[in-house]
Amino acid sequence: MHNPSNEHIVSSYEDELTELASAISEMGGMVEAAVADATRSLLKLDHEQAKAIIAGDKRIDEKHRVIDDMAVSMIARRQPMARDLRAIITAIHVAGDLERVGDMAKTISRRTLQIEGLSLTPKFYNGVKHMSDLILRQLKAALDAYATRNSSAAVEVCNADDEIDALYTSLFRELLTYMMEDPRNITQCTHLLFCSKSLERVGDHATNIAEAAFYLDTGKQLSESVEELHRTQVKE
Amino acid sequence: MTTQTSLAQTVDPRPLTRSKLVGDRVCVFYGAKQALFDVHLEIEENRVTSLIGPSGCGKSTFLRALNRMNDTIENCRVTGEIRLDGEDIYDRNIDVVELRARVGMVFQKPNPFPKSIYENVAYGPKIHGLARSKADLDEIVTSSIRRAGLWEEVKDRLQEPGTGLSGGQQQRLCIARAIATKPEVLLMDEPCSALDPIATAIIEELIDELRENFTIVIVTHSMQQAARVSQKTAFFHLGKLIEEGATGDIFTNPVNKQTQDYITGRIG
Repeated sequence: MHNPSNEHIVSSYEDELTELASAISEMGGMVEAAVADATRSLLKLDHEQAKAIIAGDKRIDEKHRVIDDMAVSMIARRQPMARDLRAIITAIHVAGDLERVGDMAKTISRRTLQIEGLSLTPKFYNGVKHMSDLILRQLKAALDAYATRNSSAAVEVCNADDEIDALYTSLFRELLTYMMEDPRNITQCTHLLFCSKSLERVGDHATNIAEAAFYLDTGKQLSESVEELHRTQVKE
Repeated sequence: MTTQTSLAQTVDPRPLTRSKLVGDRVCVFYGAKQALFDVHLEIEENRVTSLIGPSGCGKSTFLRALNRMNDTIENCRVTGEIRLDGEDIYDRNIDVVELRARVGMVFQKPNPFPKSIYENVAYGPKIHGLARSKADLDEIVTSSIRRAGLWEEVKDRLQEPGTGLSGGQQQRLCIARAIATKPEVLLMDEPCSALDPIATAIIEELIDELRENFTIVIVTHSMQQAARVSQKTAFFHLGKLIEEGATGDIFTNPVNKQTQDYITGRIG
Protein backbone atom coordinates (compact mmCIF):
# COMPACT_ATOMS: atom_id res chain seq x y z
CA MET A 1 0.00 0.00 0.00
CA HIS A 2 0.98 3.57 -0.54
CA ASN A 3 2.65 5.08 2.50
CA PRO A 4 1.79 8.65 3.22
CA SER A 5 5.02 10.41 2.48
CA ASN A 6 6.64 13.71 3.11
CA GLU A 7 6.30 16.43 0.55
CA HIS A 8 9.05 17.55 -1.74
CA ILE A 9 11.31 20.31 -0.55
CA VAL A 10 10.70 21.92 -3.95
CA SER A 11 6.96 22.57 -3.81
CA SER A 12 6.61 23.24 -7.54
CA TYR A 13 7.85 19.68 -8.17
CA GLU A 14 5.22 18.38 -5.76
CA ASP A 15 2.60 20.44 -7.61
CA GLU A 16 3.66 19.01 -10.96
CA LEU A 17 3.41 15.43 -9.69
CA THR A 18 -0.06 16.17 -8.33
CA GLU A 19 -1.03 17.77 -11.62
CA LEU A 20 0.22 14.74 -13.54
CA ALA A 21 -1.79 12.40 -11.32
CA SER A 22 -4.94 14.46 -11.76
CA ALA A 23 -4.41 14.59 -15.53
CA ILE A 24 -4.37 10.77 -15.53
CA SER A 25 -7.54 10.68 -13.40
CA GLU A 26 -9.22 13.14 -15.71
CA MET A 27 -8.23 11.19 -18.81
CA GLY A 28 -9.41 8.01 -17.09
CA GLY A 29 -12.80 9.62 -16.49
CA MET A 30 -13.06 10.74 -20.12
CA VAL A 31 -12.22 7.27 -21.37
CA GLU A 32 -14.59 5.47 -18.97
CA ALA A 33 -17.40 7.73 -20.14
CA ALA A 34 -16.49 7.12 -23.80
CA VAL A 35 -16.66 3.32 -23.40
CA ALA A 36 -19.94 3.46 -21.46
CA ASP A 37 -21.48 5.83 -24.03
CA ALA A 38 -20.18 3.76 -26.93
CA THR A 39 -21.88 0.62 -25.63
CA ARG A 40 -25.08 2.55 -24.89
CA SER A 41 -25.18 4.13 -28.34
CA LEU A 42 -24.52 0.75 -29.94
CA LEU A 43 -27.37 -0.96 -28.15
CA LYS A 44 -29.76 1.91 -28.87
CA LEU A 45 -28.24 2.51 -32.29
CA ASP A 46 -28.03 6.16 -31.36
CA HIS A 47 -26.09 7.62 -34.29
CA GLU A 48 -25.92 11.11 -32.81
CA GLN A 49 -24.23 9.89 -29.67
CA ALA A 50 -21.89 7.68 -31.72
CA LYS A 51 -20.82 10.71 -33.75
CA ALA A 52 -20.24 12.67 -30.54
CA ILE A 53 -18.00 9.89 -29.21
CA ILE A 54 -15.94 9.84 -32.42
CA ALA A 55 -15.53 13.61 -32.24
CA GLY A 56 -14.72 13.42 -28.52
CA ASP A 57 -11.83 11.04 -29.14
CA LYS A 58 -9.77 14.01 -30.32
CA ARG A 59 -9.95 15.44 -26.79
CA ILE A 60 -8.70 12.14 -25.39
CA ASP A 61 -5.81 12.12 -27.86
CA GLU A 62 -5.01 15.69 -26.93
CA LYS A 63 -4.98 14.78 -23.23
CA HIS A 64 -2.58 11.94 -24.04
CA ARG A 65 -0.21 14.39 -25.73
CA VAL A 66 -0.42 16.80 -22.80
CA ILE A 67 0.43 14.03 -20.31
CA ASP A 68 3.35 12.87 -22.45
CA ASP A 69 4.69 16.41 -22.67
CA MET A 70 4.33 16.92 -18.92
CA ALA A 71 6.17 13.67 -18.22
CA VAL A 72 9.02 14.38 -20.65
CA SER A 73 9.42 17.88 -19.30
CA MET A 74 9.54 16.61 -15.71
CA ILE A 75 12.13 13.97 -16.55
CA ALA A 76 14.28 16.61 -18.23
CA ARG A 77 13.96 19.26 -15.53
CA ARG A 78 13.58 17.30 -12.29
CA GLN A 79 15.68 14.16 -12.84
CA PRO A 80 13.13 12.11 -10.91
CA MET A 81 14.21 9.20 -8.73
CA ALA A 82 12.57 6.18 -7.10
CA ARG A 83 8.80 6.53 -6.63
CA ASP A 84 8.70 9.85 -8.47
CA LEU A 85 10.43 8.24 -11.41
CA ARG A 86 7.96 5.36 -11.30
CA ALA A 87 5.03 7.77 -11.07
CA ILE A 88 6.18 9.59 -14.21
CA ILE A 89 7.10 6.51 -16.21
CA THR A 90 3.84 4.73 -15.37
CA ALA A 91 1.89 7.91 -16.22
CA ILE A 92 3.31 7.63 -19.75
CA HIS A 93 2.28 3.96 -19.94
CA VAL A 94 -1.16 4.47 -18.45
CA ALA A 95 -1.91 7.45 -20.71
CA GLY A 96 -0.94 5.26 -23.69
CA ASP A 97 -3.31 2.52 -22.57
CA LEU A 98 -6.11 5.00 -21.97
CA GLU A 99 -5.62 6.46 -25.42
CA ARG A 100 -6.02 2.97 -26.90
CA VAL A 101 -9.17 2.44 -24.81
CA GLY A 102 -10.47 5.69 -26.29
CA ASP A 103 -9.77 4.28 -29.74
CA MET A 104 -11.79 1.17 -28.88
CA ALA A 105 -14.77 3.36 -27.95
CA LYS A 106 -14.33 5.09 -31.30
CA THR A 107 -14.17 1.75 -33.12
CA ILE A 108 -17.43 0.64 -31.48
CA SER A 109 -19.07 3.97 -32.39
CA ARG A 110 -17.95 3.69 -36.02
CA ARG A 111 -19.56 0.26 -36.12
CA THR A 112 -22.73 1.74 -34.65
CA LEU A 113 -22.86 4.17 -37.57
CA GLN A 114 -22.50 1.30 -40.03
CA ILE A 115 -25.56 -0.49 -38.67
CA GLU A 116 -28.48 0.86 -40.61
CA GLY A 117 -31.94 -0.44 -41.29
CA LEU A 118 -32.03 -2.99 -38.51
CA SER A 119 -32.71 -2.96 -34.81
CA LEU A 120 -30.71 -5.01 -32.34
CA THR A 121 -32.51 -7.72 -30.41
CA PRO A 122 -32.06 -7.63 -26.61
CA LYS A 123 -31.65 -11.40 -26.60
CA PHE A 124 -28.55 -10.97 -28.75
CA TYR A 125 -27.03 -7.94 -27.09
CA ASN A 126 -27.56 -8.76 -23.42
CA GLY A 127 -24.25 -10.63 -23.34
CA VAL A 128 -22.44 -7.62 -24.83
CA LYS A 129 -24.10 -5.33 -22.31
CA HIS A 130 -23.06 -7.59 -19.45
CA MET A 131 -19.52 -7.71 -20.80
CA SER A 132 -19.43 -3.94 -21.10
CA ASP A 133 -20.53 -3.56 -17.45
CA LEU A 134 -17.82 -5.96 -16.32
CA ILE A 135 -15.16 -4.21 -18.40
CA LEU A 136 -16.12 -0.81 -17.03
CA ARG A 137 -15.85 -2.15 -13.49
CA GLN A 138 -12.40 -3.51 -14.34
CA LEU A 139 -11.29 -0.24 -15.86
CA LYS A 140 -12.51 1.71 -12.85
CA ALA A 141 -10.86 -0.71 -10.42
CA ALA A 142 -7.57 -0.47 -12.36
CA LEU A 143 -7.66 3.33 -12.37
CA ASP A 144 -8.51 3.38 -8.65
CA ALA A 145 -5.63 1.00 -7.88
CA TYR A 146 -3.36 3.32 -9.86
CA ALA A 147 -4.58 6.49 -8.19
CA THR A 148 -4.30 5.05 -4.68
CA ARG A 149 -1.12 3.06 -5.42
CA ASN A 150 -2.72 -0.07 -4.12
CA SER A 151 -0.82 -3.14 -5.32
CA SER A 152 -3.19 -5.74 -3.87
CA ALA A 153 -6.16 -4.12 -5.62
CA ALA A 154 -4.04 -4.14 -8.79
CA VAL A 155 -3.43 -7.87 -8.45
CA GLU A 156 -7.17 -8.46 -8.10
CA VAL A 157 -7.81 -6.59 -11.35
CA CYS A 158 -5.21 -8.69 -13.14
CA ASN A 159 -6.70 -11.90 -11.82
CA ALA A 160 -10.21 -10.86 -12.87
CA ASP A 161 -9.06 -10.58 -16.49
CA ASP A 162 -9.50 -14.35 -16.83
CA GLU A 163 -13.19 -13.85 -16.14
CA ILE A 164 -13.44 -11.41 -19.04
CA ASP A 165 -11.62 -13.77 -21.37
CA ALA A 166 -14.00 -16.56 -20.36
CA LEU A 167 -16.97 -14.28 -20.89
CA TYR A 168 -15.73 -13.32 -24.34
CA THR A 169 -15.33 -16.97 -25.31
CA SER A 170 -18.85 -17.83 -24.15
CA LEU A 171 -20.27 -14.74 -25.89
CA PHE A 172 -18.54 -15.78 -29.09
CA ARG A 173 -20.14 -19.23 -28.88
CA GLU A 174 -23.52 -17.75 -28.07
CA LEU A 175 -23.52 -15.37 -31.02
CA LEU A 176 -22.29 -18.14 -33.28
CA THR A 177 -25.25 -20.26 -32.19
CA TYR A 178 -27.70 -17.48 -33.12
CA MET A 179 -26.04 -17.18 -36.51
CA MET A 180 -26.34 -20.88 -37.12
CA GLU A 181 -29.95 -20.91 -36.01
CA ASP A 182 -30.95 -18.34 -38.59
CA PRO A 183 -28.67 -16.78 -41.23
CA ARG A 184 -30.71 -13.55 -40.99
CA ASN A 185 -29.08 -13.02 -37.58
CA ILE A 186 -25.61 -13.02 -39.10
CA THR A 187 -25.37 -9.26 -39.76
CA GLN A 188 -26.27 -8.04 -36.30
CA CYS A 189 -24.45 -10.87 -34.53
CA THR A 190 -21.26 -10.15 -36.49
CA HIS A 191 -21.45 -6.49 -35.51
CA LEU A 192 -21.94 -7.46 -31.88
CA LEU A 193 -19.08 -9.93 -32.09
CA PHE A 194 -16.68 -7.29 -33.34
CA CYS A 195 -17.82 -4.92 -30.60
CA SER A 196 -17.33 -7.54 -27.93
CA LYS A 197 -13.80 -8.06 -29.26
CA SER A 198 -13.16 -4.33 -28.84
CA LEU A 199 -14.48 -4.54 -25.28
CA GLU A 200 -12.27 -7.50 -24.56
CA ARG A 201 -9.27 -5.41 -25.66
CA VAL A 202 -10.35 -2.67 -23.26
CA GLY A 203 -10.05 -5.34 -20.56
CA ASP A 204 -6.48 -6.03 -21.65
CA HIS A 205 -5.65 -2.34 -21.33
CA ALA A 206 -7.25 -2.31 -17.86
CA THR A 207 -4.89 -5.15 -16.95
CA ASN A 208 -1.93 -3.14 -18.25
CA ILE A 209 -3.01 -0.19 -16.10
CA ALA A 210 -3.28 -2.49 -13.07
CA GLU A 211 0.22 -3.80 -13.79
CA ALA A 212 1.47 -0.22 -13.90
CA ALA A 213 -0.26 0.40 -10.55
CA PHE A 214 1.52 -2.62 -9.09
CA TYR A 215 4.88 -1.37 -10.35
CA LEU A 216 4.17 2.13 -9.11
CA ASP A 217 3.41 0.87 -5.62
CA THR A 218 6.05 -1.82 -5.25
CA GLY A 219 8.81 -0.98 -7.72
CA LYS A 220 8.59 -4.54 -8.97
CA GLN A 221 7.12 -5.89 -12.20
CA LEU A 222 4.07 -8.06 -11.75
CA SER A 223 5.81 -11.01 -13.30
CA GLU A 224 4.27 -14.41 -13.75
CA SER A 225 5.85 -15.70 -10.56
CA VAL A 226 4.56 -12.82 -8.45
CA GLU A 227 1.18 -13.17 -10.09
CA GLU A 228 1.09 -16.84 -9.22
CA LEU A 229 2.05 -16.08 -5.64
CA HIS A 230 -0.71 -13.53 -5.31
CA ARG A 231 -3.25 -15.77 -7.02
CA THR A 232 -2.54 -18.33 -4.33
CA GLN A 233 -2.82 -15.72 -1.60
CA VAL A 234 -6.10 -14.38 -2.99
CA LYS A 235 -7.56 -17.89 -3.11
CA GLU A 236 -6.55 -18.55 0.47
CA MET B 1 34.30 10.70 -25.93
CA THR B 2 31.96 7.76 -25.84
CA THR B 3 28.46 7.85 -24.45
CA GLN B 4 28.08 8.42 -20.74
CA THR B 5 27.05 5.52 -18.61
CA SER B 6 23.37 5.61 -17.78
CA LEU B 7 21.16 4.18 -15.08
CA ALA B 8 20.25 1.26 -17.27
CA GLN B 9 23.88 0.35 -17.77
CA THR B 10 24.78 0.34 -14.11
CA VAL B 11 23.82 -3.29 -13.87
CA ASP B 12 27.20 -4.84 -14.51
CA PRO B 13 27.05 -7.95 -16.66
CA ARG B 14 30.23 -9.29 -15.10
CA PRO B 15 29.92 -11.69 -12.19
CA LEU B 16 30.22 -10.29 -8.69
CA THR B 17 33.77 -9.48 -7.83
CA ARG B 18 35.37 -10.01 -4.47
CA SER B 19 35.45 -7.39 -1.75
CA LYS B 20 38.59 -5.29 -1.96
CA LEU B 21 37.94 -3.18 1.10
CA VAL B 22 35.71 -4.08 4.00
CA GLY B 23 34.58 -1.68 6.69
CA ASP B 24 33.56 -3.71 9.70
CA ARG B 25 31.75 -2.11 12.67
CA VAL B 26 33.50 1.16 11.91
CA CYS B 27 32.95 3.95 14.44
CA VAL B 28 34.69 7.30 14.17
CA PHE B 29 34.88 9.84 16.97
CA TYR B 30 36.02 13.44 16.84
CA GLY B 31 36.83 13.94 20.49
CA ALA B 32 33.65 13.09 22.39
CA LYS B 33 31.45 13.45 19.32
CA GLN B 34 30.72 10.25 17.45
CA ALA B 35 30.58 10.82 13.68
CA LEU B 36 30.12 7.23 12.44
CA PHE B 37 28.16 4.43 14.07
CA ASP B 38 28.91 0.76 13.40
CA VAL B 39 29.25 1.02 9.66
CA HIS B 40 29.60 -2.21 7.77
CA LEU B 41 30.28 -1.74 4.08
CA GLU B 42 32.02 -3.91 1.53
CA ILE B 43 33.74 -2.23 -1.39
CA GLU B 44 33.91 -4.57 -4.36
CA GLU B 45 36.96 -4.82 -6.55
CA ASN B 46 36.86 -3.04 -9.94
CA ARG B 47 33.56 -1.42 -9.15
CA VAL B 48 32.60 2.14 -8.45
CA THR B 49 30.93 2.54 -5.07
CA SER B 50 29.28 5.86 -4.39
CA LEU B 51 28.60 7.23 -0.94
CA ILE B 52 25.67 9.62 -0.77
CA GLY B 53 23.84 11.46 1.98
CA PRO B 54 23.20 14.95 3.32
CA SER B 55 26.03 17.14 4.62
CA GLY B 56 27.40 15.89 7.91
CA CYS B 57 26.08 12.36 7.39
CA GLY B 58 29.52 10.81 7.72
CA LYS B 59 30.18 9.83 4.12
CA SER B 60 33.41 11.85 3.83
CA THR B 61 34.46 10.67 7.29
CA PHE B 62 34.05 7.09 6.13
CA LEU B 63 35.94 7.80 2.89
CA ARG B 64 38.80 9.38 4.80
CA ALA B 65 38.91 6.45 7.20
CA LEU B 66 39.62 4.17 4.23
CA ASN B 67 43.18 5.46 3.81
CA ARG B 68 43.65 6.83 7.32
CA MET B 69 43.37 10.46 6.25
CA ASN B 70 41.67 10.94 9.62
CA ASP B 71 45.02 10.26 11.32
CA THR B 72 45.97 13.85 10.63
CA ILE B 73 42.97 15.17 12.55
CA GLU B 74 43.63 15.70 16.22
CA ASN B 75 41.27 13.86 18.61
CA CYS B 76 40.01 11.61 15.82
CA ARG B 77 39.61 8.02 16.89
CA VAL B 78 38.56 5.06 14.77
CA THR B 79 37.26 1.77 16.14
CA GLY B 80 36.23 -1.39 14.33
CA GLU B 81 38.20 -2.73 11.40
CA ILE B 82 38.86 -1.64 7.86
CA ARG B 83 40.38 -4.48 5.93
CA LEU B 84 42.23 -4.03 2.65
CA ASP B 85 42.57 -7.47 1.06
CA GLY B 86 41.79 -8.95 4.45
CA GLU B 87 44.41 -6.94 6.33
CA ASP B 88 43.35 -4.38 8.94
CA ILE B 89 44.71 -1.01 7.82
CA TYR B 90 44.58 0.28 11.40
CA ASP B 91 46.95 -2.45 12.51
CA ARG B 92 50.06 -1.09 14.22
CA ASN B 93 52.36 -2.78 11.69
CA ILE B 94 50.85 -0.99 8.72
CA ASP B 95 53.02 1.67 7.09
CA VAL B 96 50.63 4.56 6.50
CA VAL B 97 52.69 6.01 3.65
CA GLU B 98 52.60 2.69 1.87
CA LEU B 99 48.89 2.37 2.60
CA ARG B 100 48.20 5.73 0.94
CA ALA B 101 50.21 4.61 -2.07
CA ARG B 102 47.84 1.64 -2.33
CA VAL B 103 44.75 3.69 -1.56
CA GLY B 104 45.03 6.97 -3.47
CA MET B 105 42.85 10.01 -3.10
CA VAL B 106 41.44 12.77 -5.29
CA PHE B 107 39.96 15.79 -3.57
CA GLN B 108 37.06 18.09 -4.18
CA LYS B 109 39.12 21.03 -5.37
CA PRO B 110 41.86 20.30 -7.87
CA ASN B 111 45.06 20.84 -5.91
CA PRO B 112 48.06 20.46 -8.21
CA PHE B 113 51.46 21.19 -6.70
CA PRO B 114 52.94 24.52 -7.78
CA LYS B 115 55.26 22.63 -10.07
CA SER B 116 55.31 21.55 -13.70
CA ILE B 117 52.73 19.13 -15.06
CA TYR B 118 55.48 16.51 -15.33
CA GLU B 119 56.66 17.04 -11.77
CA ASN B 120 53.13 16.82 -10.41
CA VAL B 121 52.77 13.29 -11.73
CA ALA B 122 56.40 12.23 -11.17
CA TYR B 123 56.40 13.23 -7.50
CA GLY B 124 54.61 10.17 -6.11
CA PRO B 125 56.56 7.54 -8.05
CA LYS B 126 59.80 9.30 -7.07
CA ILE B 127 59.16 9.33 -3.32
CA HIS B 128 57.87 5.77 -3.38
CA GLY B 129 60.88 4.67 -5.41
CA LEU B 130 58.76 3.21 -8.19
CA ALA B 131 61.07 4.29 -11.02
CA ARG B 132 64.55 2.88 -11.45
CA SER B 133 65.60 5.26 -14.17
CA LYS B 134 64.60 8.50 -15.87
CA ALA B 135 63.16 6.44 -18.72
CA ASP B 136 61.10 4.46 -16.22
CA LEU B 137 59.81 7.66 -14.67
CA ASP B 138 58.97 9.12 -18.08
CA GLU B 139 57.02 6.00 -18.88
CA ILE B 140 55.04 6.16 -15.62
CA VAL B 141 54.29 9.87 -16.11
CA THR B 142 53.14 9.55 -19.72
CA SER B 143 51.06 6.44 -19.10
CA SER B 144 49.41 8.01 -16.05
CA ILE B 145 48.58 11.19 -17.96
CA ARG B 146 47.28 9.10 -20.84
CA ARG B 147 45.07 7.02 -18.53
CA ALA B 148 43.73 10.21 -17.00
CA GLY B 149 42.70 11.27 -20.51
CA LEU B 150 44.86 14.38 -20.43
CA TRP B 151 47.71 13.45 -22.76
CA GLU B 152 46.52 15.08 -25.97
CA GLU B 153 45.93 18.35 -24.17
CA VAL B 154 49.25 18.60 -22.34
CA LYS B 155 51.81 16.52 -24.27
CA ASP B 156 53.51 19.64 -25.70
CA ARG B 157 53.68 21.51 -22.42
CA LEU B 158 54.72 19.04 -19.76
CA GLN B 159 57.16 21.52 -18.27
CA GLU B 160 54.55 24.24 -17.83
CA PRO B 161 53.03 24.72 -14.37
CA GLY B 162 50.12 22.47 -13.49
CA THR B 163 48.30 25.41 -12.00
CA GLY B 164 48.00 26.95 -15.47
CA LEU B 165 45.54 24.28 -16.62
CA SER B 166 41.76 24.69 -16.58
CA GLY B 167 39.79 23.34 -13.59
CA GLY B 168 38.78 20.13 -15.36
CA GLN B 169 42.31 19.58 -16.65
CA GLN B 170 43.74 20.22 -13.18
CA GLN B 171 41.40 17.60 -11.74
CA ARG B 172 42.49 15.10 -14.37
CA LEU B 173 46.09 16.00 -13.54
CA CYS B 174 45.32 15.17 -9.90
CA ILE B 175 43.83 11.86 -11.02
CA ALA B 176 46.99 11.19 -13.08
CA ARG B 177 49.04 12.04 -9.99
CA ALA B 178 46.92 9.70 -7.87
CA ILE B 179 47.21 6.78 -10.27
CA ALA B 180 50.94 7.27 -10.91
CA THR B 181 51.78 5.43 -7.69
CA LYS B 182 49.77 2.48 -9.05
CA PRO B 183 47.22 2.39 -6.27
CA GLU B 184 44.70 -0.43 -5.99
CA VAL B 185 41.92 1.76 -4.66
CA LEU B 186 41.07 5.31 -5.66
CA LEU B 187 39.07 7.46 -3.24
CA MET B 188 37.34 10.49 -4.70
CA ASP B 189 35.82 13.16 -2.53
CA GLU B 190 33.35 15.11 -4.68
CA PRO B 191 35.80 15.22 -7.58
CA CYS B 192 33.47 17.16 -9.88
CA SER B 193 31.86 19.66 -7.57
CA ALA B 194 34.09 22.49 -8.78
CA LEU B 195 33.77 21.57 -12.46
CA ASP B 196 31.46 22.57 -15.31
CA PRO B 197 29.17 19.92 -16.89
CA ILE B 198 31.52 19.10 -19.78
CA ALA B 199 34.56 18.69 -17.51
CA THR B 200 32.31 16.64 -15.21
CA ALA B 201 31.26 14.37 -18.08
CA ILE B 202 34.91 13.84 -19.03
CA ILE B 203 35.80 12.89 -15.44
CA GLU B 204 32.79 10.56 -15.23
CA GLU B 205 33.82 8.87 -18.46
CA LEU B 206 37.31 8.57 -17.02
CA ILE B 207 36.00 7.01 -13.79
CA ASP B 208 34.17 4.41 -15.86
CA GLU B 209 37.38 3.56 -17.73
CA LEU B 210 39.54 3.55 -14.59
CA ARG B 211 37.47 0.95 -12.83
CA GLU B 212 38.91 -1.64 -15.21
CA ASN B 213 42.10 -1.35 -13.20
CA PHE B 214 41.12 0.27 -9.93
CA THR B 215 38.54 -0.05 -7.24
CA ILE B 216 36.86 3.33 -6.87
CA VAL B 217 34.96 4.90 -3.99
CA ILE B 218 33.36 8.25 -4.69
CA VAL B 219 31.62 10.68 -2.39
CA THR B 220 29.19 12.87 -4.27
CA HIS B 221 26.42 15.31 -3.52
CA SER B 222 25.00 14.80 -6.98
CA MET B 223 22.67 11.84 -6.96
CA GLN B 224 22.56 11.91 -10.73
CA GLN B 225 26.31 11.51 -10.71
CA ALA B 226 26.11 8.58 -8.28
CA ALA B 227 23.47 7.04 -10.54
CA ARG B 228 25.61 7.57 -13.64
CA VAL B 229 29.01 6.40 -12.46
CA SER B 230 28.57 3.79 -9.77
CA GLN B 231 27.53 0.17 -9.63
CA LYS B 232 26.92 0.22 -5.90
CA THR B 233 25.48 3.02 -3.79
CA ALA B 234 25.52 3.48 -0.04
CA PHE B 235 23.29 6.02 1.68
CA PHE B 236 24.47 7.56 4.96
CA HIS B 237 22.39 9.58 7.38
CA LEU B 238 23.40 10.99 10.76
CA GLY B 239 26.53 8.86 10.87
CA LYS B 240 24.77 5.62 10.07
CA LEU B 241 24.77 3.53 6.94
CA ILE B 242 21.05 3.43 6.17
CA GLU B 243 20.98 1.43 2.99
CA GLU B 244 23.36 0.02 0.41
CA GLY B 245 22.73 -1.87 -2.76
CA ALA B 246 23.01 -2.01 -6.53
CA THR B 247 22.80 1.54 -7.86
CA GLY B 248 19.91 0.68 -10.18
CA ASP B 249 17.87 -0.61 -7.24
CA ILE B 250 18.70 2.27 -4.90
CA PHE B 251 17.56 4.87 -7.42
CA THR B 252 14.45 3.13 -8.70
CA ASN B 253 13.19 1.25 -5.67
CA PRO B 254 15.02 1.87 -2.40
CA VAL B 255 13.86 -0.24 0.54
CA ASN B 256 14.30 2.35 3.25
CA LYS B 257 11.96 5.31 3.56
CA GLN B 258 14.79 7.65 4.61
CA THR B 259 16.66 6.74 1.42
CA GLN B 260 13.50 7.26 -0.63
CA ASP B 261 12.91 10.68 0.95
CA TYR B 262 16.50 11.78 0.44
CA ILE B 263 16.90 10.75 -3.18
CA THR B 264 13.52 12.12 -4.20
CA GLY B 265 14.21 15.41 -2.43
CA ARG B 266 11.60 15.18 0.29
CA ILE B 267 11.70 16.67 3.75
CA GLY B 268 13.13 13.98 6.01
